Amino acid sequence: MPQFTDLLFYALAGLTLLFGFLTVLNPLSRSPVTSAMFLVLTILSMAGLFVLLHAFFLAAVQILVYAGAVMVVFLFVIMLLDLKEDERRHFNQVAVGLGGLSALAIAGTLVAAVVKSVPAVAPAGRLAEGETKALGRLLFESHILPFEILSLLLLVATVGAILITKKDLR
Amino acid sequence: MIPGLHHYLIVSALLFSLGLLGVVARRNLFVVYMGLELMLNAANLALVAFSRFHNNLNGQVMVFFIITVAAAEVAVGLALLVALYRKRQTAHVEDLTTLKL
Repeated sequence: MPQFTDLLFYALAGLTLLFGFLTVLNPLSRSPVTSAMFLVLTILSMAGLFVLLHAFFLAAVQILVYAGAVMVVFLFVIMLLDLKEDERRHFNQVAVGLGGLSALAIAGTLVAAVVKSVPAVAPAGRLAEGETKALGRLLFESHILPFEILSLLLLVATVGAILITKKDLR
Repeated sequence: MIPGLHHYLIVSALLFSLGLLGVVARRNLFVVYMGLELMLNAANLALVAFSRFHNNLNGQVMVFFIITVAAAEVAVGLALLVALYRKRQTAHVEDLTTLKL
């Protein structure tokens, strides 16, 4: 008798892959806005997978930062630039063929490597609970320097983005 | 079958190849960029799965850092796309042939 969470894993994994495929090769629409919407759905179902892995804080961060902030910036820029002529162009058949071939090759390689080297049964030992308190402790005790450097990186990225988008770059 | 580590890794591998498909097959720079994001997310999923099944929270710290760096990267990348669109009026890979011999 499979547990509810196990069924949930298969459902969420299937949804993630389906939405991921619709992000990159949607047969019905070539609009980047549609792709962005499906990317939001992909990220949301991935946050569900994070919850199944007991990474609750990361699931919240995934939704807030990715689905919230990053994708809003994406949609904002796409709509700002108003890309109309792209929808008239068709898929480049050669590119889709070659892309499919390379994607199949790398998927085959990775899946074969995983199947060959990872034991099929879950280890019986303790599983990391990923509770937010322990994660915060780890973050602010042993990883405090990278954390501070990251804040600097965000500041630099913001200033750089403003500078790059300025009209007359001097 | 109870999902174990290899299930998560296979999902991550398939998601990564979907992202690669987007980068190679699509010609719109925004969709190419979304493919990159997909590949980044696939790596995140693998890291979180490793973190849980090896009982080591450092993987989740790594994912936290990756998400933050990805946010910064998206900001700069989209700024570059806006600057490009201002100069060339296109966001299409096939129209960008300045470096072609």
